[in-house]
Amino acid sequence: MLTMSEPHFRQPLLKTPFHERSRALSQVDSFVPWSGYTTVDVFTTVEQEYFAIRNATSVYDLTPMVKYRIAGPDALRFLNRLMTRDLRKLAPGKVAYSVWCDDSGHLIDDGTVFCLAANEYRLCTGERQLDWLCASSIGFDVEIAEVTEEVAALAVQGPTSCALLRALGLDGVERLKPFELGQFELATLPIMVSRTGFTGDLGYELWMRTADAERVWDALMEAGRSRGVRPIGSRALNIARIEAGFLLPNLDFVSASHTLRIGSERSPLELGLGWLVDFGKGHFTGRRALLREQQRGPERLLVGLDIEGNKAAHNALLYADRAGRTQVGSVTSAAWSPTTKRNLALAMVDAPHFATGATVWAEIYLNRELVWQRRMARARIVERPFYAPPRRRATPPADF
Amino acid sequence: MNATAPERYDAIVVGAGHNGLVAACYLARAGLGVLVLERNAYIGGAAVSRKLYDGFTYSNCSYVCSLLRTEIIRGLDLPHYGLQIIPYEGGCTLMRNGEHLALYDNHDATRREISRHSRRDAESYDRFVRDMLRHCRFIKPLLLREPPDPTSFKPRDIKELLWLGRHFHQLGEARMYDTLRFWTQSCADLLDEYFESEIVKAHMAGSSIIGTALGPRSPGTAYVLLHHYMGSIDGAVGAWGFARGGMGAVTQALAASFAASGGTLRSSAPVEEILVRGGRATGVRLAGGEEIRAGVVVSNLDVRRTFLETVAPQHLPPEFLAQVRRFKIRGSSGKLNIALDGLPHFPAIPQGSPCTRGDMHVTDTIDMLERAYDDWKEGRWSRAPYIDMLIPSQIDPTMAPNGKHYMSVFVQYCPYKLADGEWTAAKRQAFGDTVIDTIAQHSPDFKDLILHAEVRTPHDIEAEVGLTEGNIFQGELTFDQLLFNRPIPGYAQYRAPLHGMYMCGASTHPGGGVMGAPGANAAGAILRDLRLAQRLTA
Amino acid sequence: MSMVAARNTRYDCIVVGGGHNGLVCAAYLARGGRSVLVLEAAGQVGGAAVTREFAPGFRVSACAHLLHLMPGTLMRELGLSAQGLKFAAEQLPTTALSSDGLHLSLGAEGLTQRAPADVTAFAEWQGLAQRLAGALQPLLAEAPPRLGTGAWRERALLARLGWHIRRLGKRDMRELLRIGGMNVQDLLEERFESPLLKGALALNAVLGTNLGPRSPGTVAALLYRVAAGGGREALAQPQGGLGGLSDALARVATAAGVQIRTQAVVKRILVSADRASGVVLASGEEIAADVVVSSADPKTTFLGLLGVEHLDAGFVRRVTQLRTRGLAAKLHLALERLPQFAGLETQALRGRLLLAPSTDYIERAFNHAKYGEFSAAPMLEITLPTLADPTLAPPGKHVLSAIVQYAPYSLRSGWEGERQRFTDLVIDTIAGFAPELRACVHSAELLTPPDIEREFRITGGHWHHAELALDQFFMVRPVPGAAQYRAPVAGLYLCGAGCHPGGGVMGVAGRNAARQVLREAA
Repeated sequence: MLTMSEPHFRQPLLKTPFHERSRALSQVDSFVPWSGYTTVDVFTTVEQEYFAIRNATSVYDLTPMVKYRIAGPDALRFLNRLMTRDLRKLAPGKVAYSVWCDDSGHLIDDGTVFCLAANEYRLCTGERQLDWLCASSIGFDVEIAEVTEEVAALAVQGPTSCALLRALGLDGVERLKPFELGQFELATLPIMVSRTGFTGDLGYELWMRTADAERVWDALMEAGRSRGVRPIGSRALNIARIEAGFLLPNLDFVSASHTLRIGSERSPLELGLGWLVDFGKGHFTGRRALLREQQRGPERLLVGLDIEGNKAAHNALLYADRAGRTQVGSVTSAAWSPTTKRNLALAMVDAPHFATGATVWAEIYLNRELVWQRRMARARIVERPFYAPPRRRATPPADF
Repeated sequence: MNATAPERYDAIVVGAGHNGLVAACYLARAGLGVLVLERNAYIGGAAVSRKLYDGFTYSNCSYVCSLLRTEIIRGLDLPHYGLQIIPYEGGCTLMRNGEHLALYDNHDATRREISRHSRRDAESYDRFVRDMLRHCRFIKPLLLREPPDPTSFKPRDIKELLWLGRHFHQLGEARMYDTLRFWTQSCADLLDEYFESEIVKAHMAGSSIIGTALGPRSPGTAYVLLHHYMGSIDGAVGAWGFARGGMGAVTQALAASFAASGGTLRSSAPVEEILVRGGRATGVRLAGGEEIRAGVVVSNLDVRRTFLETVAPQHLPPEFLAQVRRFKIRGSSGKLNIALDGLPHFPAIPQGSPCTRGDMHVTDTIDMLERAYDDWKEGRWSRAPYIDMLIPSQIDPTMAPNGKHYMSVFVQYCPYKLADGEWTAAKRQAFGDTVIDTIAQHSPDFKDLILHAEVRTPHDIEAEVGLTEGNIFQGELTFDQLLFNRPIPGYAQYRAPLHGMYMCGASTHPGGGVMGAPGANAAGAILRDLRLAQRLTA
Repeated sequence: MSMVAARNTRYDCIVVGGGHNGLVCAAYLARGGRSVLVLEAAGQVGGAAVTREFAPGFRVSACAHLLHLMPGTLMRELGLSAQGLKFAAEQLPTTALSSDGLHLSLGAEGLTQRAPADVTAFAEWQGLAQRLAGALQPLLAEAPPRLGTGAWRERALLARLGWHIRRLGKRDMRELLRIGGMNVQDLLEERFESPLLKGALALNAVLGTNLGPRSPGTVAALLYRVAAGGGREALAQPQGGLGGLSDALARVATAAGVQIRTQAVVKRILVSADRASGVVLASGEEIAADVVVSSADPKTTFLGLLGVEHLDAGFVRRVTQLRTRGLAAKLHLALERLPQFAGLETQALRGRLLLAPSTDYIERAFNHAKYGEFSAAPMLEITLPTLADPTLAPPGKHVLSAIVQYAPYSLRSGWEGERQRFTDLVIDTIAGFAPELRACVHSAELLTPPDIEREFRITGGHWHHAELALDQFFMVRPVPGAAQYRAPVAGLYLCGAGCHPGGGVMGVAGRNAARQVLREAA
């Protein structure tokens, strides 16, 4: 347990067990709230941190990810009714990315399910889900407990990450395939490692007891010094995840648990996550609505955009024509990609304009020393991910 | 007052409550010559700041500023005329077992606070707030519209009904059902759909009974809850605030705005009768016999007082009068205003918690609120009343001398008619003692700090403010008295059954609370009738 | 029913539960050309409309004890009288009991005698209630419309409802819109003076609900009763008790080709490829069908028989939030002889006796229920069915049957320790009007809501299956997503009291459901 010196009404945000270490390394004092914790947005510069992800090893404090322990005789049945994927295929030692929906087939959230043993799972999500998990558990013999504060987590991502973990004595970590997990010891500390991540690169996530957190951090930093290890904040990670084509709640979609306006909910089909929806596995919440939607055909689709120029198209409206007469969508996330040297965006585009290869026009505002200019930039709809190095799947990974 | 005032006005507004003043402001801005007449020596109706004890200022009726429509604040330029609203920093409920629940203006602090009582409720709270916001989004556009008469075939009514139908239809199937259920549900049943912890439910339920002669288990109270949630301070749902200088600041700003538009205001001018000739309101006669003529007479008084006491019955259709008599206005609330020698200590609340700088409730459970209501039904004040108290002087030093504090204590339930006979000074005292004892259970030094306490039963509120039975909403907010039923079916459009006469009090849609919407809507109806509506937008 | 070995093992429709709604539904389905099997868990059909022995030689309508809600049109359509339905008594009088012996008989004559000031007002109210009920009646006889689908049928239904209300004229329409959501006490205070009359009408409004006279929405409950009863408020006692009605319904169904199996406990509804495909019985026997219609309550149907894994989580949450806790108990007394009721003639005793001397009396009785206590002074609807139908008891002996409110399902102190105390309290309450009652009692049976739950397999022991309040009525009954008798799983329908328009021995839910099935399922 972490110790809190100040009560919640004076300091509403919790500190992760890595907070003291992070604070010591933070050069620009840039913190942001995330799921009730205060976390680092930028340690030094976004560029430095970004290149650690792609060309060395980055360490990112994942502790605020909300973690639930789901166990009991009906744990699998419960999860399979909750999630759109067929989790009967998920054996112990495996991890699956999935989404879950409300009755209308609108996305509530996404997350990863870790199968720890038969009928024992850990669910990791970006936001708290207890209300919906409890509603979904009615009629199932399953126990749901939030363990966020008991489990500290670090994402260790980058081409040298495997080598770094091996240097720490995690023998056999190189044999983990993507979406596999294993139990290891770091010195004497028990540690769970999964080959998962949010960067689309070679990388691992480390799960440990809160009490061990600082010792694991120190060991990583010490062993990683020669491999360019660097703690990173959310800003650098955001660029990497856009390159990898991953979605972020509240940016690329709003959870159906939060929407107030009518029509702002999104279905997994609209978000290009149809591959996660298994209509053949039996019933799950939202299945009938999604089936109807599939039969109707999607009204809009989240797509990747490759935009001319180098000015990131933040919040840009999209048009079918250069003159900007017919709006056909809007950008949800945008970044200049330092690795691919492309101007990338994720965007929600209305039917029928979302076909791969089609062109739309992005309305971009340029700030030239406080003189604002509007530019219509040609944007091509392209496949995601934008960047997918072969190393992300190589097993064993190359040694560095 | 003003000797050079003309003898004839375009419009007379009877009663200088906030709704009367809002109506008067809009009429004056449209270029009418407007006279507002107030019975008391001070203006404000139930939105007043009064100096009743040595250096203290009491918001001695209404005590919270949240519902006042942003359109009105903006349209009448109230900040320019001195209105300052300071948001609450939180709120709390005190329990007899020494526990408490606080809500803070920070989402994470609130979640962690609720999770002390129930982890699950801490997260269900988000769903609750989301659904309240959804309902608010549906209802808010209705507030500043004139309700249509569903029995009418007039183009305007049909247009409004169609608008209402479309507005409802736009919700989509699932939310339409949610809305139907919400409008007919009891607050207790509603809260059961979200929360498991008694204290969380009790905290939320308080708003569903304030000013209402219903208990939290009565169907329809979910809507009353929302009525209190519709307030917002720049988008923060249910955010409540203090008006600097007390609630009189609201009506003072309105009066200043009114004066700037050229309006005339006379206090100590009780209207004895609204004059009628040939089915048309022609002016008013004051208690002294003075008669003042006007083309339009607008009454800010509640509908019973307006038509049963201020208009001679022969001018009104008997059936209308019968309906007025049937209009339910029930006194169910009391108020204490207390001058304190210092800030009372509440041991349940942790040192430094800002939740005292907001509304503090005293209750334990929904059952306790319901039993408090049972007492009211039996014609006695609640033995364990629901208390909503506030110490504005913590953030507004104008309310009390340095180091001393003013406490506003709203009490539910207190009946207008007692089962054991008339209200007497002794009974009023006993009522006050019940309330003070209840608070003292939560604050050991409270009684010793009391310098002065003004105890106000529904009777006192009626006698002083003129609200029938002391009902703070000028009529119950039940289905049968909302929208096109408010106040009287067929007369929900601010127009009295007399030419040139209008209603603008909280008896009309959308009801009470310091909202101002009835006044604004009434002014809209008058200006439309005078074909002056377009002048307002200028 | 006989067990035929070479039974047809596939049916067009299986109806789960042989209560009156199940039987009505089955009969209409069979008449629509479907092969229909009714599966009833008990040894006889009838559900809560059943006559059974409660003391040696004494029989009683064990749950519902009077018939007043089943529309005449429905009874004629089914041809119930041709199948042997007879009435021991019709047009039963209602008497409001007063502790001073000056009882009030509800009707022009009784009012003239005891409450002359209310004669005109009562006639006016009856006229108004009948006009308003007339406008609402068509709404009961149809599946409620879905909103927002844009389908012409739904639009037509809404338009028809609107037109019926408009057709009332300005005055009545305004009054309907005003009182529709009002509490019955306010309505009665506006119109009447006699406390007995107000008490009796308030009882009509709150009988079978978790509401008191001051609860908003109770005027709607009163109008519902008038509308459901065809605007007549005609009370009838079937020969042989309510079981006589069920037997006739069973004969109607059988004559239409329905097969009925009793002692056939359905354990689960089978689903394949997201469609109901039949049922499996407790014995393990599987029976296939294209359509399964459940007359069980929504919680039993969805959470028990179907299983939550076939349903969306939000829908399941709504089902669990359905308020289903019964508030009414039933008292049965076997009487050695008929006790004298002070101030009442035999003619009045043949009818309905109401013990609810004022609205305050009922409200106070209701107060207890809010806190999980039974009423210290309960409200009662009493009948003495043996006066009209001596076959229910040994010669010369009698039966007293009373609905008792409020007796909450979840009694805070638990029913087991309190049953006797409450039974004595109710008997003493009645004895206040019939002093020799105690001496006449041979034996007594009290059915509390948990008993009703057990005996009739109704979750919560609520005779409407789900509380009949505005927020659980019409388009949102039992829950949004199942309000058109159609479950979210294709091929599964509901036909019980938990559906629109609710319970009481009405049969309309069964008829509406059958029509929905016939319209939709081939």
